[in-house]
Amino acid sequence: MRAVISVVGKDRPGILAFAASECARRGINIEDVTQKVLEDMFTMIMIVTIPEDRHEYHVFAKELEAAGEEQSLKIHVMHEDIFNAMHRI
Amino acid sequence: MRSDYILETVRMIDEECLDIRTITMGISLLDCADQDIDRSCEKIYAKITRKAERLVKTARDISLEYGIPIINQRISVTPISLLVSVSGGDPVKYAKTLDKAAKDVGVNFIGGYSALVQKGMTEGDRALIESIPEALACTDIVCASVNVGSTKAGINMDAVALMGRIVRECAEKTKDNNCFGASKLVIFCNSVEDNPFMAGAYHGITEPDTVIHVGVSGPGVVREAVREAGPDKSMNEIAEVIKKTAFKITRMGQLVGTLAAERLKVPFGIVDLSLAPTPAVGDSVARILEEIGLEQCGGPGTTACLAMLNDAVKKGGVMASSSVGGLSGAFIPVSEDAGMIEAAEKGVLSIEKLEAMTAVCSVGLDMIIIPGDTTAETIAAMIADEAAIGMVNNKTTACRLIPAIGKKVGDTLNFGGLLGYGPVMPVRMVKPDVMIQRGGRIPSPIHSLKN
Repeated sequence: MRAVISVVGKDRPGILAFAASECARRGINIEDVTQKVLEDMFTMIMIVTIPEDRHEYHVFAKELEAAGEEQSLKIHVMHEDIFNAMHRI
Repeated sequence: MRSDYILETVRMIDEECLDIRTITMGISLLDCADQDIDRSCEKIYAKITRKAERLVKTARDISLEYGIPIINQRISVTPISLLVSVSGGDPVKYAKTLDKAAKDVGVNFIGGYSALVQKGMTEGDRALIESIPEALACTDIVCASVNVGSTKAGINMDAVALMGRIVRECAEKTKDNNCFGASKLVIFCNSVEDNPFMAGAYHGITEPDTVIHVGVSGPGVVREAVREAGPDKSMNEIAEVIKKTAFKITRMGQLVGTLAAERLKVPFGIVDLSLAPTPAVGDSVARILEEIGLEQCGGPGTTACLAMLNDAVKKGGVMASSSVGGLSGAFIPVSEDAGMIEAAEKGVLSIEKLEAMTAVCSVGLDMIIIPGDTTAETIAAMIADEAAIGMVNNKTTACRLIPAIGKKVGDTLNFGGLLGYGPVMPVRMVKPDVMIQRGGRIPSPIHSLKN
């Protein structure tokens, strides 16, 4: 399944690397990344594919969100379908 | 996918209290009716626990997988008065069975301890209504409702008078527990058969055997959208903003409802796109009205803002789902809405203003705490007024009034949880006794004759 990861926090070196390595450790493929720094706020959106057979999706989501909190980052992992439903007619 | 859309959704859930308020499973109990009440109760317990066995787990799975909070899981059942009509006996047995079955499957509430008596009462209806105070006092999560009027049938004033007394008894029987009984009883005019929200949910006899309804909620999201639009926008531009927001909220409800129905192998019923507030900060309908430009909810302009809000919510929702149903509008329960509580405490929001507001929004005098010495006749008269608004305007109206036994204006009552707390609001104490004692029926209005 495809999921959307959003990362928001105060800009500093290593945020992208941190999120990417968290994914890599679990064999989660990153398909697309967009990021922006507005003043000093870092915002990143990643589209990832989570192999269905290998991961309990919500376990991954919880772990990543918790890991983000430790780094003072707000991370959310959500199913792609939500965005398709809400923002496409 | 645009990143601003993604961040918007994340913000809605994270900061603006967007959630799926309830997944409600409607279960028909018609096939459980038996002339032996104990046998009937056994069948009900078996059917509810079988059909709803996986409801709570499925909701939790979807919530985790999709990252959307799903607050409540509930069950609505066939109006129990129909089963009482078949079995006779003490209806409280049914209430206890429902309470046990619902607790065993882990849902928050079960609705359907109900009777539909807009045109007249059967023996079963009367027995059920008379048993409501006891049923609500000796159970925890059973909800009761009685429909006393409709546009087609008029208002059953005998039932209205009876309900005035029943509401008082519900409060008296639970006076040591914040008169909690009365908060689980709704008196309707034009009740709907597919309402997923408590306390007024029941599973209408025109519904399929089992069905999944979803109630979404997002007052915080709408308020934030209005705030972002700023004070320079015209009312029609604000209506447009609300419409678009309601569309997004409803789409999420549609997605969750479809998923839940698929996984439970049950037909999908409706999305109820009501803006249902909670006492949580930022989850208030009153605050939306204030954001539109009122100093405080309850003052002049409130009814107009609410009318626009209610209509815009419906228009956005209808576009988002082809199965919109239930009540679908804005709820204005006083004790469940931080902004309403504040306005009532300051004396800006009165019951009379709330009554006017119910003419343009989706429900009625909801979760209103009234003085403990309010008579049964006065409560009945308040119910009659509310039913009249529903009957004439072709809409659902309801009363959920809580007489705070032993308390007076200025005191507060605290239910806790989603039901919140609120001040005792003043009621005009001039007697409507003769009118209520007349009984009979208020004939249906001329515009009910459409054929």
